[in-house]
Amino acid sequence: MESDIILRVNGREWPLRVDTRTTLLDALRERLGVTSPKKGCDHGQCGACTVLLDGRRINGCLVLAVACDGSEVVTAEGLGTDGELHPVQQAFVDHDGFQCGYCTPGQVCSAVGMLEEVAAGWPSAAGRPVADTPVLDDAEIRERMSGNLCRCGAYANIVTAVRAAKEVSR
Amino acid sequence: MSGLLENTSTRAIGADIGRVDGPAKVTGTATYAFEHQLNAPAYLHPIQATVVRGRVREFDTRDAEAVPGVLTVLTHDNAARLADIGDAELAVLQSDEVAHRGQVIGAVLAETPEAARQAVRLVRVHYEERSHDVRFSAARTDLYTPGEAEDDEQGDLAGAMASAPVTVDHTYTTPMEHNNPMEPHSTIAVWEDAGLTLYESTQGVHSVRSTMAELFGLDPERVRVIAPHVGGGFGSKGPLHPPVVLAALAARLLPGRPVKLALTRQQMFDLVGYRSPTIQRVRLAAEPDGRLTGIGIDVTAQTARFKEFLEQAGKPTEVMYAAPNRRITHRLAALDVAPPTWMRAPGECPGMFGPEVAMDELAVACGVDPVELRVRNEPGTEPASGRPFSSRNLVACLREGARRFGWQDRDPEPRRRMEDGWLVGTGVAASTYPTGQMPGSVAAVRFEDGHYHVRIGAADIGTGAWTVLTQIAADALGVPVTAVRLRIGDSSLPSASLAGGSTGTVSWGSTIVAAAQAFRERHGTAPADGAEARAGLPDNPNRERYAMHAFGAQFAEVRVHADTGEVRVPRLLGVFAAGRIVNPRTARSQFIGGMTMGLSMALHEDSVVDPRFGCVVNHDLAEYHIAANADVVDLQAHWIDEADPYVNPLGAKGIGEIGIVGTAAAIVNAAYHATGVRVRELPMTLEHFLA
Ligand code: FES
Ligand code: FES
Repeated sequence: MESDIILRVNGREWPLRVDTRTTLLDALRERLGVTSPKKGCDHGQCGACTVLLDGRRINGCLVLAVACDGSEVVTAEGLGTDGELHPVQQAFVDHDGFQCGYCTPGQVCSAVGMLEEVAAGWPSAAGRPVADTPVLDDAEIRERMSGNLCRCGAYANIVTAVRAAKEVSR
Repeated sequence: MSGLLENTSTRAIGADIGRVDGPAKVTGTATYAFEHQLNAPAYLHPIQATVVRGRVREFDTRDAEAVPGVLTVLTHDNAARLADIGDAELAVLQSDEVAHRGQVIGAVLAETPEAARQAVRLVRVHYEERSHDVRFSAARTDLYTPGEAEDDEQGDLAGAMASAPVTVDHTYTTPMEHNNPMEPHSTIAVWEDAGLTLYESTQGVHSVRSTMAELFGLDPERVRVIAPHVGGGFGSKGPLHPPVVLAALAARLLPGRPVKLALTRQQMFDLVGYRSPTIQRVRLAAEPDGRLTGIGIDVTAQTARFKEFLEQAGKPTEVMYAAPNRRITHRLAALDVAPPTWMRAPGECPGMFGPEVAMDELAVACGVDPVELRVRNEPGTEPASGRPFSSRNLVACLREGARRFGWQDRDPEPRRRMEDGWLVGTGVAASTYPTGQMPGSVAAVRFEDGHYHVRIGAADIGTGAWTVLTQIAADALGVPVTAVRLRIGDSSLPSASLAGGSTGTVSWGSTIVAAAQAFRERHGTAPADGAEARAGLPDNPNRERYAMHAFGAQFAEVRVHADTGEVRVPRLLGVFAAGRIVNPRTARSQFIGGMTMGLSMALHEDSVVDPRFGCVVNHDLAEYHIAANADVVDLQAHWIDEADPYVNPLGAKGIGEIGIVGTAAAIVNAAYHATGVRVRELPMTLEHFLA
């Protein structure tokens, strides 16, 4: 079964006919050639496919494209470009928050979404009482970024990068 | 050795330079195998055996072929015949035999990934099933000694054990583990009149080219392999595995059209190798002061019945400690399983678990500090070979690590510290990894448009090759890094050895140094536009004379919850002696990346095989756990200045693997110190502390 939808990706509109089984991730990667979000597991277990969907971080492999009709999708490619990187991206470069780079666009989108969540007062499982205003210390960063696996093991540098980006955005 | 690099003009090597491919990676615009934009691709999905052993009697593909968009069903009946190159793993679709569960027995090619996948589920396969055996055990009566690892015996270990005042004799185990690079193994294959083009997720474009050319009976010039960026490999993307062959077979049925194959995460557990489980009996004989009189390791590992692979876990025992009596043996269990392969520090990583935990047990038995125990057993020459070390700074790593970690105030008594319900302890272990060099690389340097274009078919699997090779080229040519334009990751470039065995930077880097020297000799310092020179990797006669290894020391703090047994690792600190560090930023990432994978090995990783069904049952990232961000707290990697004039013109040793070696032992030793419970198997989980 197929459906006609419109996806808005990094500010550009794409009318698209999709198999209703197609995930947002596959629609981006295989139909639109937007390969910044990566496929690491296709099951919501790794975070490599993280994009911002209407401003919130989500796993692109867990959302069907047909459910995103009219939605705004922002990928790491939409956050910044070479020469004009987003502060989170610049911090990842400065602190070497990656090696192979395959998890990285997902980490970047996740960090951007996460900083918004903290600003909005969303709690985490890091151990603080949920009613408290979250303070983004390293333990909070680690907890809130744990949905994004990195097999290269760049976590220590990712935390440093996110902390640095948070400082810049202050 | 290299005048170019010894003078003070060295500027780029050693500089803290950000990755040249950094902006592309943080924006996601670096192109990985599956992401090359080609016209009208078709999608391939493998059909996998659902029996462990037997043969396929019949495929019923009618329903599959009726799925809209299906182009063809590929089986051994319509697949092209391949040359027999002596690698049974790569004889894809060459017969109806099934040698392990999950083996590729066919594939569906379709217009869309959804159609291909749906159709695979509709293929009915009738098998003639045979009995199978996948039980790994050291008690099997059919274990055999592999040809590549004869028993290695010096002196009389049994005699030393019988007469020594202090002995340790225990069995340690490491589980089956899967590499799981974040980028699944992926291929786009295009078969045209001109030949075969492969966009491949690989650690070596030239080895893919030569193997595929041989298999398909093509002139290597007609095979092109492209891999500018690779999303990790850790060994599994070193040797070839069936998927790339399958993709090429399918592309051959659809000339002119790109065929795309990306393994699912689940398929990665069946088709691209893994680290063999090991069972290690370790024996130590010592004087009361901890000085070893004997050391032995008897390793049992598994292999596939149809293709041999040996996890050489006994190797580091040849290198580490002085002792007049030594015995190293390997035995293999041949099972109805997929073949194991390289996984980060094959041999050394599992092979430094048992011995380094045993050393901790010896330290306890002798009442000697575990750092001091290792220092006391420092050999003057490489124990098994008698050759001098080109450089060996294990003691410096231990001392520096102890100082940084705050080891000196440690109370050696276990189970002494309790904080907020957590038992706290510290532990140490040593690391080592050989400094290799792979033959066969060639580099070209060409001066054009004011830039030096340096070309070599190297692979950057996350190691930083794009960056460090640029730095090496700049210094070898005596120009700023901005004057260098590097090209790697394409088999149309001069031939390069694999990214494996921690040999990439030193092999390719030394080759680039040779090419730069040839360029300067021929064209001087003011070359004309279009001037070019190339050179191969020169022989290094020192490799015969010296034993070459990197060393390190790993310190861990572990907390074990007194009630729940939960294990946390709040601190990990490694100090390494790995020759000259080409780029501190990317080097540090290599070390912490290895240590993080070591932590993951210590606490999580375990591929569980169900002997009835012959497959890994926890075959995804929800059930095969790898370390997540919250597992890593205070993780530090340091190194000591080490000048090694013998290893290569760069004075550098490989650093991609040593970080994982010894980490798990340090963590297990710290957990003993925390709790008094000695864990001798991995992963170390809460049940070990709740008995
Ligand atoms: S690909 Fe979506 S979470 Fe892994
Ligand atoms: S950078 Fe390789 S998986 Fe994270």
